[in-house]
Amino acid sequence: MDKSARKIKVKREFAAARDRVWSAWTDASLLDQWWAPKPWKAVTKVMDFREGGYWLYAMTGPDGEKHWARADFLSIRPQESFSYKDAFCDENGTINQSLPQAEWMNRFSENGNSTVVEIEISYENLSDLESIIEMGFKEGFSSGLENLDELLEK
Amino acid sequence: MEARRDVFQAIADPTRREIISLLAKEPLTVSSISERFEISRQAVSLHVKILEECGVLSVTKEGRERRCAIEPQKLAEVSEWLEQFRGMWEDRFKQLDHVLLNLNSKKHEKQLNDGFFGGQVRQEDQGKT
Repeated sequence: MDKSARKIKVKREFAAARDRVWSAWTDASLLDQWWAPKPWKAVTKVMDFREGGYWLYAMTGPDGEKHWARADFLSIRPQESFSYKDAFCDENGTINQSLPQAEWMNRFSENGNSTVVEIEISYENLSDLESIIEMGFKEGFSSGLENLDELLEK
Repeated sequence: MEARRDVFQAIADPTRREIISLLAKEPLTVSSISERFEISRQAVSLHVKILEECGVLSVTKEGRERRCAIEPQKLAEVSEWLEQFRGMWEDRFKQLDHVLLNLNSKKHEKQLNDGFFGGQVRQEDQGKT
């Protein structure tokens, strides 16, 4: 994390071929299976994966509460990278300008039989970055523990 | 804007991060910190003051000198904060691992089935097993 540059960088290797990892990131039916941290679920309403298109989805909580978000695709280089502008919105996709927005760049590269994904999230200002992390916190913390439970049960 | 004094303010500046790195190895006086920077002693002094206000280091007077030592517990707040953020991504990625595993095994299954049954097994049949 680079706070002075208002950027978050995340890198992770996945044990799968690049075309599959690419699908998991760009196909709504697959995204819905993993994008939301537990106990939230991502539910896609619109997926128009092309430059100028957008993804509209709801983060749905265990009690049915919904937080809508949309990603407007800026650039797409199949199997290599795609970028989008990320924002909170209502169910019709009308962007809530009072909440932080960020630009995402996701890069995919092959490493033997694995695929490396590099994510770079750029915020317009530091306070946006901080508030988004606080929001992620509340969701992320309990879900991390839940995953541990599952792991221990095995 | 009111000046914030927390650990994140402390590490928000590259010079302050460098001072923290120096002090992580050993406690130093303000003069000996200044010797390692090209900026003025006054500027270093100001950074030290901010770091002290942020609770990241403690300053004790030794004659005419001021000795600075790191407060490791305060710095641990940064990693705790990052850990929780990391947790969210790890959670997400574990789920993605699972999705990819399913994709991989589906293809594998299909190859096996194609091999054994000459492609007669349909997708719906696979779902039941």
